[in-house]
Amino acid sequence: MTNNLLIKAENVGIQFGGLKAVQNVNMYLNKGELIGLIGPNGAGKTTTFNMLTGVYQPTEGAITFDGKKINGLKPYQVTKLGISRTFQNIRLFKDLSVLDNVKVANHNLAKHSIVSSIFRLPSHFSGEKKMEEESLAFLKIFGLDVYKDELAKNLPYGMQRRLEIARALAANPKLLLLDEPAAGMNPQETHDLMELIAFIRKEFGLTILLIEHDMHLVMGICERIYVLDHGQLIADGTPTEIRNNPKVIEAYLGEEVVD
Amino acid sequence: MKKSKSFWGYCLLALVIYAVVQLSISMQLLDLYYQNMLITMCINIMLAVSLHIVIGITGQFSIGHAGFLAVGAYLSAVATMKLGLPFPIAILIGAVVAALAGLLVGIPTLRLKGDYLAIATLGFAEIIRIVFLNVDYVGGAAGMVVNHMSTWTYAFIGVVITILVISNFTNSRHGRGCIAIREDEIAADAMGINTTYYKVIAFAIGSFFAGLAGAIYAHNFYIIQPTTFGFLKSFDILIYVVLGGLGSLSGSVLAAILLTVVSTYLANFPETRMIIYSLVLIIVMLYRPTGLMGTKEITDLFKIGKKGGSKA
Ligand SMILES: Nc1ncnc2c1ncn2[C@@H]1O[C@H](COP(=O)(O)OP(=O)(O)O)[C@@H](O)[C@H]1O
Ligand SMILES: [Mg+2]
Repeated sequence: MTNNLLIKAENVGIQFGGLKAVQNVNMYLNKGELIGLIGPNGAGKTTTFNMLTGVYQPTEGAITFDGKKINGLKPYQVTKLGISRTFQNIRLFKDLSVLDNVKVANHNLAKHSIVSSIFRLPSHFSGEKKMEEESLAFLKIFGLDVYKDELAKNLPYGMQRRLEIARALAANPKLLLLDEPAAGMNPQETHDLMELIAFIRKEFGLTILLIEHDMHLVMGICERIYVLDHGQLIADGTPTEIRNNPKVIEAYLGEEVVD
Repeated sequence: MKKSKSFWGYCLLALVIYAVVQLSISMQLLDLYYQNMLITMCINIMLAVSLHIVIGITGQFSIGHAGFLAVGAYLSAVATMKLGLPFPIAILIGAVVAALAGLLVGIPTLRLKGDYLAIATLGFAEIIRIVFLNVDYVGGAAGMVVNHMSTWTYAFIGVVITILVISNFTNSRHGRGCIAIREDEIAADAMGINTTYYKVIAFAIGSFFAGLAGAIYAHNFYIIQPTTFGFLKSFDILIYVVLGGLGSLSGSVLAAILLTVVSTYLANFPETRMIIYSLVLIIVMLYRPTGLMGTKEITDLFKIGKKGGSKA
């Protein structure tokens, strides 16, 4: 199991003032897995993502990614190591074109220096060309190439969600974190999105951690599921195990019951 | 490659503008009053574009730009007047030291956001001014006498270099990183952009060209005094950038040209000058709240409907 391990969080927790938002989280993802992270609103799912990506520094515990300890790293450093993410409330670069949104994430793909860009040396042109081609290829996969010159803010909502995933993918991750990617989508859009996620996972050999509110959906596509409630992991296991777990049923009491 | 085609187009345009003015000067069609206005215009364009990279591109609300103008002015003046160095070298010294001052100010202050950053940069600019005020070597409050060396040629070359460097920077992966910071700093960070690094770089480049403008400014007016570089000067520069449209390089150039002309003419009416100047600002902001150009560039206006490449 160890040489297949991609990321591992040990006793990770964070405190905001006196409030322990998340505590004692132990989780791991093996290479190539598609894992779900579920839990009621305010359970600490997004906070967990923020800790895994360096946006928040955990106040306790350790996170190891690809054999390296990553707590204390800044988000851009974590991204360079190979973790990329989307945001629950879309955070696109609104006044940039669709293509430029993806190009920003391609930043570290090219290596040309500031000096080479200012003096328009050959390495600037070859680097920019490479970024352009790569970015267009990502847009094509997501069916966004027709919108490439639109400003991101002018895209329809569902397309904005897709663009966020395309952008995250352009950062060349080994591990992709998706924070409620289907939020606000209609059933058809959600269905298409899930097929797309399955496709990119295969195509890019990705490991994916998926936060999703819709239990049906998570049960349908994830190999294993972690359940957070009040900042603590209350269960983990296969969809069948989770479905029959009394603690999970209790946490979700009052919400739509899983069948 | 259509990019290089339009590049040569701009070169030609610049050459024509330069030649026409230079010819008018040598044929004595332009008196000193207008020559001076044109040089002032060039200085203001450099200042506007150099602040544009900090505020318009990177989204860092710095309002102490006159501090770096002062560094460039004083350091270049020391180089020519005290050390007897040639003017071109003095310009370079002014710009480089201003860039270093930019690094020194930028590294601690760019951690701050919004109002805090604005206040901190304003404070640093005042510190720079007060340092010059208290150094007797550069004349203290009385100021420093500087020979007139700036010409239309120097000023124009300064503008061309400023615009070329800053637009080349902007239209590259580095510039896109800066724009991403302006748009959403958290998302930029999450996409692998070293946000601190790029904020400091943009700030240093902006300071460099403010220093360049300072060198040309110092050698255009026979005397430099600390009072010239107060926060009112910083606000003047800020106004070019905001009035032109945040994020638009051509907008800030346009605003600098417009306001230089307006304030040069208004110099004849000292009593009403500030009132009319303010009215112009208010009217523009009422009818164009996002500035003259919004976030668009002049070049966008010529290629509506046949857009292919990327732009910022
Ligand atoms: N920066 C913060 N400061 C204070 N409290 C926070 C902060 N971020 C998250 N929290 C708290 O952590 C808890 C978990 O939030 P979150 O992770 O967004 O939940 P979820 O994504 O599971 O809906 C909430 O109670 C929230 O108020
Ligand atoms: Mg959340």
